[in-house]
Amino acid sequence: MTGPLLQIEDLHVTFSTRRGLVEAVRGVTLSLDQGEMLGLVGESGSGKSVTGFATTRLLDVAGRVTAGRILFRGQDITKIADSDFRVLHGAAMSMIFQNPRAALNPIRAVGLQIADAILSHKRMSKEDAAEEALKLLRAVQIRDPEKRMTAYPHELSGGMCQRVMIAIAISCNPMLLIADEPTTGLDVTTQKVVMDLLVRIAADRGMATILITHDLGLAARYCQRVVVMEQGRLVEEAAPQTLFRHPRHAYTRRLVAASPTATSRIADLVTDDERSHYLAMLAACKPRPAPAAGTPLLLDVKNLAKRYDQGPPAVADFSMAMAAGESVGLVGESGSGKTTTSRMICRLIDPSEGTILFDGESIGHLPARDFHRSPVRKDIQIVFQDPNESLNPRFTAFDCIAHPLLRLSGMRPGDVLRQRVEQCAQRVGLPAELLPRFPHQLSGGQKARVGIARAIACQPRLLVLDEPTAALDVSVQAVVLQLLDRLRREDDLALLFVSHDLNVVRMMCDRTIVLRNGCVVEQGESRALFDNPQTAYTRELVDAVPHIGGAPAAAAAQVTGPGVNNVRSL
Amino acid sequence: MASATLRHTVWILRGNPLTAVAAAGVVLLILIAIFGPSIVPYDPIASNVSQALAPPSAAHLAGTDQLGRDTFSRLVVATRLDLVIAVSAVGISFVLGAVIGAFCGYAGGRLDRAVGRFVDVMMAFPLFVLAMAMVAALGNRVENIVIATAIINLPFYIRFARAEVNVRRNVGWVEAARAGGESNFSVVLRFLLPNVLPAMAVQMSLNLGWAILNAAGLSFIGLGVRPPTPEWGIMVAEGARFISTGKWWLVAFPGLALMLAVLCFNLLGDGMRDILDPRMRT
Repeated sequence: MTGPLLQIEDLHVTFSTRRGLVEAVRGVTLSLDQGEMLGLVGESGSGKSVTGFATTRLLDVAGRVTAGRILFRGQDITKIADSDFRVLHGAAMSMIFQNPRAALNPIRAVGLQIADAILSHKRMSKEDAAEEALKLLRAVQIRDPEKRMTAYPHELSGGMCQRVMIAIAISCNPMLLIADEPTTGLDVTTQKVVMDLLVRIAADRGMATILITHDLGLAARYCQRVVVMEQGRLVEEAAPQTLFRHPRHAYTRRLVAASPTATSRIADLVTDDERSHYLAMLAACKPRPAPAAGTPLLLDVKNLAKRYDQGPPAVADFSMAMAAGESVGLVGESGSGKTTTSRMICRLIDPSEGTILFDGESIGHLPARDFHRSPVRKDIQIVFQDPNESLNPRFTAFDCIAHPLLRLSGMRPGDVLRQRVEQCAQRVGLPAELLPRFPHQLSGGQKARVGIARAIACQPRLLVLDEPTAALDVSVQAVVLQLLDRLRREDDLALLFVSHDLNVVRMMCDRTIVLRNGCVVEQGESRALFDNPQTAYTRELVDAVPHIGGAPAAAAAQVTGPGVNNVRSL
Repeated sequence: MASATLRHTVWILRGNPLTAVAAAGVVLLILIAIFGPSIVPYDPIASNVSQALAPPSAAHLAGTDQLGRDTFSRLVVATRLDLVIAVSAVGISFVLGAVIGAFCGYAGGRLDRAVGRFVDVMMAFPLFVLAMAMVAALGNRVENIVIATAIINLPFYIRFARAEVNVRRNVGWVEAARAGGESNFSVVLRFLLPNVLPAMAVQMSLNLGWAILNAAGLSFIGLGVRPPTPEWGIMVAEGARFISTGKWWLVAFPGLALMLAVLCFNLLGDGMRDILDPRMRT
């Protein structure tokens, strides 16, 4: 065939909402050759997913292609009839989604679901389709494919579900695969395995792929060409190496700066002109005074364990210590027990065993149910993972920040409280005029700030951060990280940073603890630990992190190919 | 943010004329219940045998019954009693059910299982028979209709509140409330309950229609409200004796009143689902 496989010309997509028409995509032009892997990167609201949905005609009813053409093998798919398009769908182009578990039918065995996809496009017997499905499961390298044929989605891990989704997507040998944030909910190690697999399958079958992602590192590692989108427009297009080393457009520059790498420091997360401002602020902070001799450690945790009636212990044996003003990272894959540990230290759940000393005093024995009365309650606060879920939908931002002040600092409603809340909001960079708003009227970054303002309102001494930036765009993440770092310096606040994002932990934390299956695998000074991991597990975690300017796709896929089945979490 | 809620409501109503009609109907019912007795043309209990069983006419809009009482006046006056029974019964089961269900859903464990099985047992009974038995045992009075209706409704509210709280018990803002110094008890009362109220309000509206029918049903079979008190169920029961002789208006008008009231509440319930569903807001 001559010409590109897919050609999008001046695409405009408009959504009709109650506030009138919203242009989600405003004039995107791009083309994709056969077998090519194109990265489509941008932050939320940039229109990258909408572009993908428009190409597969999966746009929400409110969305409409208002102008432009999408040529697939020379045929304009915005014009052809639905019935004709259904033939293309699956057979010629298919899509995989962010949350594989939600995309699979929970009450149907995965083998049957793959067979369904085959049968909807090919005439063959059910037995043949099942045979074909088994072959596909082998192709996506699921262990024990015969057994998995009859498994239901809830019996499989997230990574396995995504492999099943890939199997369904490639079941009819499409020429184009659109992967919309295919690994966003997965651990770094799982992400690497799934992406390597995807790249190899695409290469084997000569399939073109569009990888839609917010993760610049991921796009840099796996794509031959990257397109950056901002507010529905295409701002830059280049090979990943050129794009990320020498970004031309101001937006790309900001995006690249905000993406943490193996070597970046917190000050690096902004563009050059903003950095001086940040450094000036740092210089203004007075250095932390050395603790007086004999001062007990702020937090001293020994042999902490949490067991439930069924299954293995969530946390088997966890010990750590931290001093005031220190920042410690807690990393590990999902299921490693890091969230349970953080909740125990916050005294939101009771440990089964072990001691927790805060400021030399045992707080572990007090049941979590009664801990709200403890005077230490206001000293240990927590910032939650998903800003969308961490604010009471019926509280305004003001109410949220005022709540701990009313309950824990004994303040009464009035001018003093108002001033204090406004001061907290100002410290986290939340404009005072947003305070009367409800959570659904705030953006993700604003909600994250409310969550942090609430946690620092009664001046805690230990702040536990549970993946505080996992749900945020990189540019917002950069601002939030700088904010946390500044608060730490200003208030001598100790941070326990729970995260799976190693680049962020490396930047933010003096020391890092690596957890696996509820046990501490390794701990030490962050840079040393990441630069020279002592255990195979830590090395695996560190290697799996995609970096801007990392190894290009093909090489990465080949090197790690044979080791794929060894990854434990799958 | 009251103005935003109002704008949102107006926006939904504009897209759902049926909900607007239902809301208007409910408002009308409430106005009738409040002002009805003072504006009716005739005394609803005074009999006038010379006018007995008169068909609808200009003087008697809905005709008269066997004692010559004006059916229209009786219909209007009955509104208050029927609404009071329905609203108080639903109110009681809502308050009790929401609190019991919310605590069970939050606490889980043994309490939750015990209450759950008790609710299962209650739901296994034919509800109307249960209500009949309760009114018969407690005594034939209006307040006992309210109690019986409230109790047979309770299991639905317990289950509903339990399920709604259960999915939210580990959500970030609940943990944040505890980290902010709130006890488990006040987390349920001050944080979780207000958040499940909108969904429960929908249930209440749908339930009000059912409660009106239930109260009327009990009166129809002779339990609860006693003649000569005007009540839609009794009016249907009394009128049924005359339907074979062609005196249709005695049954038709109270039946129509019941139907319209139930319909209004049900349509409003469906509309409220749209108004209160946060996903409908942008």
